[in-house]
Amino acid sequence: MSDIILAGQDLDHDHDAHHEVVPDRGIARWLLTTNHKDIGTLYLWFSFIMLLIGGTMALVIRTELFEPGLQFIEPAFFNQMTTNHGLIMVFGAIMPAFVGLANWLVPMMVGAPDMALPRMNNLSFWILPLAFGLLISTLFMEGGGPNFGWTFYAPLSTTYAPDTVTYFILGIHMMGASSIMGSINIIATILNMRAPGMTLMKMPLFVWTWLITAYLLLAVMPVLAGLVTMMLFDIHFGTSFFNAAGGGDPVMFQHIFWFFGHPEVYIMILPAFGIISQIIPTFARKPLFGYDSMVYATASIAFLSFTVWAHHMFTVGMPLAGQLFFMYATLLIAVPTGVKVFNWVSTMWRGAMTFETPMLFAIAFVVLFTIGGFSGLMLAIAPADYQYHDTYFVVAHFHYVLVPGSLFSILAAVYYWLPKWCGRMYDESLGKLHFWLSFVGVNVTFFPQHFSGLAGMPRRIPDYALQFADFNMVSSIGAYVFGFSQLLFLYVVIKAIKSGEPATDRVWEGAHGLEWTLPSPAPYHTFTHPPRVTEIEAHS
Amino acid sequence: MKARRARIAAKTGVKVKKNWLGRCIGLTAALLAGNAWADSLNMTSGVTGISNTIYELHMLIFWICVVIGVVVFGAIFWSLLRHRKSRGVEPAQFHESTSVEIAWTMIPTLILIAMAWPASQALIEMYDTGGEDMTVEVRGYQWKWQYKYLDADYNETFGFFSNLATPTDEIHNRSVKGENYLLEVDNPLRIPANRKVRFLITAEDVIHAWWVPDFGIKRDAVPGMLNELWTIVDQPGIYRGQCTELCGKDHGFMPIVVEVLPEKEYDTWYGEQVRQAQARKEALSKTFTADELMAEGEQVYNTFCATCHMPNGKGVPPVFPALDGSAITMGDRYAHIRLVYEGVPGTSMQAFGNQLDAVALAAVVHYERHAWGNDAADVVQPRDVINLIAGEVK
Amino acid sequence: MRKPAADSTAISLQQRNGKTAWQLALIVVGMFGFGFALVPLYDLLCEVTGLGGRTGGAYAYDPATVQPDKSRLIQVNFTTNTNAGMPWEFWAEKGGVRVHPGELRQMNFFVRNTTDRRMIGQAVPSVVPPSAAQYFHKTECFCFEQQVLEPGELLEMPMRFIIAKELPKNVQTLSLSYELFDVTNFAARVSVAGSEGSE
Repeated sequence: MSDIILAGQDLDHDHDAHHEVVPDRGIARWLLTTNHKDIGTLYLWFSFIMLLIGGTMALVIRTELFEPGLQFIEPAFFNQMTTNHGLIMVFGAIMPAFVGLANWLVPMMVGAPDMALPRMNNLSFWILPLAFGLLISTLFMEGGGPNFGWTFYAPLSTTYAPDTVTYFILGIHMMGASSIMGSINIIATILNMRAPGMTLMKMPLFVWTWLITAYLLLAVMPVLAGLVTMMLFDIHFGTSFFNAAGGGDPVMFQHIFWFFGHPEVYIMILPAFGIISQIIPTFARKPLFGYDSMVYATASIAFLSFTVWAHHMFTVGMPLAGQLFFMYATLLIAVPTGVKVFNWVSTMWRGAMTFETPMLFAIAFVVLFTIGGFSGLMLAIAPADYQYHDTYFVVAHFHYVLVPGSLFSILAAVYYWLPKWCGRMYDESLGKLHFWLSFVGVNVTFFPQHFSGLAGMPRRIPDYALQFADFNMVSSIGAYVFGFSQLLFLYVVIKAIKSGEPATDRVWEGAHGLEWTLPSPAPYHTFTHPPRVTEIEAHS
Repeated sequence: MKARRARIAAKTGVKVKKNWLGRCIGLTAALLAGNAWADSLNMTSGVTGISNTIYELHMLIFWICVVIGVVVFGAIFWSLLRHRKSRGVEPAQFHESTSVEIAWTMIPTLILIAMAWPASQALIEMYDTGGEDMTVEVRGYQWKWQYKYLDADYNETFGFFSNLATPTDEIHNRSVKGENYLLEVDNPLRIPANRKVRFLITAEDVIHAWWVPDFGIKRDAVPGMLNELWTIVDQPGIYRGQCTELCGKDHGFMPIVVEVLPEKEYDTWYGEQVRQAQARKEALSKTFTADELMAEGEQVYNTFCATCHMPNGKGVPPVFPALDGSAITMGDRYAHIRLVYEGVPGTSMQAFGNQLDAVALAAVVHYERHAWGNDAADVVQPRDVINLIAGEVK
Repeated sequence: MRKPAADSTAISLQQRNGKTAWQLALIVVGMFGFGFALVPLYDLLCEVTGLGGRTGGAYAYDPATVQPDKSRLIQVNFTTNTNAGMPWEFWAEKGGVRVHPGELRQMNFFVRNTTDRRMIGQAVPSVVPPSAAQYFHKTECFCFEQQVLEPGELLEMPMRFIIAKELPKNVQTLSLSYELFDVTNFAARVSVAGSEGSE
């Protein structure tokens, strides 16, 4: 079935307008809310604050790397910065932002009044500030915070870790619990609370990608929990999971970590795919090309993501058979990913496009994520990876897929749906300015890193040989441009909420989906009665 | 250009031909200049068969990506230009095509299989460690490398540590950085050209990784696990690499320098090293003068101890205790030797018995007892160390 | 607050959500267990396939059934190292030997406790190339158990091994490394790696 276009009606729309339930005011409202819109808002603001904190750490890193020599910070602190930048961006910015978007949008997109388990939803969110407060506070504790990379390989993270590693483990457990509970909620909502008439193959792509992502989270977050528990036992209870002395194996750590870690990176991109699949059709005024294919491709990517983990470990000393298998599996996963890109381009093809800010971010996503995909393809070639592994070539690759990839999709989503959430349009010129600054900034920051990696610069070093100097200087300049541009985004959002032009219900001319049948701003409670799906606009 | 030529022709009545020769020269010049510039951006093709194979594979995949990129981005940009509402176009409504989906699933799959074939060949070649001419053990420490040479019977002949040699003044911007900043060591690894050298890679503490880009080889050094690498270097020269696995504070400060010597020169050097190692073994029973001990001791101290205990012996209390005027350096010499030999588990004080022979240990302990403000009454000889660890002293 | 359309459907939705939640929670618990199960699974895979340089536990050798393959000579070299914080001396009698596949050989190793206290050491073996590891059988090895040494004590430790004749033809050199660790303070436990013999 083609792109789902449902014209439904929320029968209780007018009714609610008369008896709009006023939520509690002040702190109590936010602490105790079980409303998916409020919780979505909390997640999104939290993730933005985390983005700024993680971004500040990135700027500390790039400031030190501006020139050769140690100018500002000591190597030990540098390692804490790289570690916490990674942890905060992955677990504190990208993932919670996607959960926030899911909270806001999934119920409205499927015609449900709220998430399946609203009180658990509240708990899922409020664990996060606690977890990250704990993690960030370790930077100020004696011995310093975690300094072993966001990938925390043993024995650097066990036998040789600072005392704060125990808090790190606790923090990871908390973040994991939050993600798991969030995923249970999302799956239950999608499976049980769709409006009548909305079959699975009629759901918006964003809902599909989140359904699949939620299953991935359920599968791998517990493995991460098991892994850090094993670490805890090795550190405090005398076991030897990863200590060769007692019969353990540091390489096993890597296998278990990446069994979690690889699906994790797909967890961070699949919702992005869903967002882009909603935005491009709207601004091309054309249905998404190959809806069924997009669903199958997403599911294939998710399934294959469990089979490729050791491509992060090509240099660890794996036997030849292992290397070949993981190389082939990794090459294979490029196929469904490519299919998705082709489908987006085909959606644009012979549409009638306009280029509002969400569309700019979405198009940049397609182009720049594809570049990240190309460097990923190069990395998949195991013999070549011997020259790329643990260099800035890898750093360039994953920043391309995560920043102009995941982050741009989140920015696009906020621009796209903000008018629905707050009933006001953002300033289009400022939005476009934010886009262009971000686009230029992100490329100036990360493109040169391909070259410093090819030239031989390793990762995670606070100082470097002279031949890498030019690339690093350019990269640092780009980082400052990109970083400070996000403050412009903050301004745009606040300005919109406070004093933006009132938005229409449909907001965007080409927008389709249940959420666009609601008023802007969406009332506090929506779809208290499931919408009657009155017609499905079929597309030939 | 076409329009311009037409205008000129119209004005002057003269038909201006396309300057093909000029175009070719210009294009070639641009390509050559661009090529040299592009080379500076690219991975090295290196000095071994493997590094060249990897380079060619890298370029093959790169060009395939470029072609795919040109096609996909070309379609996107064409679409952005032509299929916009401002041009007044009506959006088409087509939204599926099973045949197209099959096509753009199958074609990439075939391209990937085409990539996988040469990649597999290269991998098989890289894993062929047999038939080596010599073996060197490479061991990663926090934060230096140790190299041990094995003779034809695989007995260890000599070994040494390879420490970063860049002065801290350069690192802390107090003096101008040298050409090989952060990529220079006190004792480089030396291997012969044109012989198959096998490396056995281990680690003392955490995971490190040994990488020489020009050789196209990299392998993790995992504590408790043995890894194997090989190389045949065609061209003598000096080649530099770095540790490529986060291993703690000075991960960025433990480079690798390999000096590849012509075979004859290598054999001469090797013979000399074996002779010196033999002399060193004999020195274990020698009695040194105080001056000799101080000279050797100072050198050992500055290489192994000064980063933590500081050149002036003042340390960084409480983490790195002061040695100048400490109870240990002024107390019983056997307790002092034992502490240096065994280290202090759970702290940064390593077990230097693993790293220094009895001569170096005696010298450095002697130095610590007599340098700065210290003036112990005793002299420390290698046999004191040997007797202690043999259990023949209290 | 949600206004239920009809009481029976409202309750059943809540029940359905709860049921779904519990089913999913079961997946979570299962995957947590799977994470821990990966530990023995990993060892099992390493042993069965020989991947990862593991050499397996004590090998029962029946001299009557094995004939050396005189057509091949395999170079075996031994490397010994003591890990960080382990100040014992540890060396092999010889750096290497040449053996025929199927031939039982012995190599002697020595350890000396150089400290003034009683210590316990554990040697961990590792073999390269990885494809050879599963064919390297130890019938007797000090690595099968912890070694307790008094201060100053010197111990000679024999290791007996036999290389299976199925060793891939392209393997001519095999390296065995032992890494010696200080396990004095480890709680007494059976090796986590599973087999009582192995690393």
